Amino acid sequence: MIQLENVDKHFGAAHVLKNINLVVAPAEKLVVIGPSGSGKSTLIRCINLLEKPSKGRVTVDDVELTAHKAYVHTVRESIGMVFQNFNLYPHKTVLENLTLAPIKLKKIPRAEAEASGLGYLERVGLKDKASAYPSQLSGGQQQRVAIARCLNMHPKIMLFDEPTSALDPEMIQEVLDVMTDLAKEGITMVVVTHEMGFARNVADRVIFMDEGRIVEEGTPEHFFTNPTQDRTKLFLSRILR
Amino acid sequence: MNPGPFALFKWEAVAAEWPVFATGFGTTALVSLLALLLALALGLAFGMAGASTSKGLRGPTRVYVEFFQNTPLVIQVFFLYNGLPYAGLVLPVFAVGVLGVGIYHGAYVAEIIRAGIEAVPKGQKEAAASQGFNAWQTMVHVVLPQTRRIVLPPLANQAVFLIKNTSVLAMVAGGDLMYQADSWAAGNLYYGPAYVVTGLLYLALCLPLSRWVRRMEKTSAVQA
Repeated sequence: MIQLENVDKHFGAAHVLKNINLVVAPAEKLVVIGPSGSGKSTLIRCINLLEKPSKGRVTVDDVELTAHKAYVHTVRESIGMVFQNFNLYPHKTVLENLTLAPIKLKKIPRAEAEASGLGYLERVGLKDKASAYPSQLSGGQQQRVAIARCLNMHPKIMLFDEPTSALDPEMIQEVLDVMTDLAKEGITMVVVTHEMGFARNVADRVIFMDEGRIVEEGTPEHFFTNPTQDRTKLFLSRILR
Repeated sequence: MNPGPFALFKWEAVAAEWPVFATGFGTTALVSLLALLLALALGLAFGMAGASTSKGLRGPTRVYVEFFQNTPLVIQVFFLYNGLPYAGLVLPVFAVGVLGVGIYHGAYVAEIIRAGIEAVPKGQKEAAASQGFNAWQTMVHVVLPQTRRIVLPPLANQAVFLIKNTSVLAMVAGGDLMYQADSWAAGNLYYGPAYVVTGLLYLALCLPLSRWVRRMEKTSAVQA
């Protein structure tokens, strides 16, 4: 479903991704962990080419995005992305946030897009907020709307870039619950997070990154009971208290 | 005995010959409207180009903005009126007004639009891109609608400057309000009432816009 081959990324003098090779299978739930500055966010942003790799190939759904500039926009329609800061459209209502891309890009009739949008809002528990504006919602509610906005494009892949890092502690769980519920489906998920409980419960596979490299990868069980690399052990001992 | 610059009979003369002022007022209003439309069209195009990531688009924008912001409007209008005929292009003075004032203010509008676009957070463009919008669709559906509230007050301010600057046409016999008043007064030397009435007529055009700007700025300050 997703394939990264020999991907390197430089920001000026900073070498943030070093020869990354990664394959994500269809329907796999992959969780990416690691200290800040380790390249996790850059890695996930390379998957939909929000960051263009300096070197290497990115292939999604059999389309090599690093080669076919023209297809990038089309492929992105099937890759939902949830950001740390929600990035809802502030000039649109909640429901309009969900329907803008389906109507404008997929040419889905408004009534149909609104009906499916309301369905997803119900699923994230926010149907009653359909006509509210994002600024009237709490952070947790905004992030759930952001997830519903992605779902209304019926994506095959969902990317989560630290979806709970900007939230107050009491709002983290409501977002994680929605993500856990979503993980029961056949959708492919790549999640950058510091929520180790989520990683343990939901992930099929966990990768640990440090200084632009994938240092260790394995099942959650392997990771949380028997990590092999010293760097991983150190990180986990600091984060799991 | 000298009757003074504001003698009653001079006011009566203005009142009696009001169509002179009405004609000028109409010309000024029409030149202002058309020049404003031209300035908005140029400003939108150059503003978007100026906010783009492409150097090939930003370069010409800088040249346009810097050239027209940093040379006097009077020279630009004189060039259109006196210079272009040597190149075989004789423009009617009305067109000189619309083009001269419109192009000049387009440079300012471009900077307002560019700043407005750049004020929209980067995350908005990323969200739109991640959904599959291309750069143009992102601009139309996501960025520009959010720019509107930011740019409206400074744009209305530009409209006020633009209306006042159409008075440059008086220097090239433009038939605008300032020209009509000045040439009428040059004939009978009733300058006092002529200029006062003219000033009030400009005020009538500009003051509502200024008041509206003030109100917009207050409400957006409350919202922010």
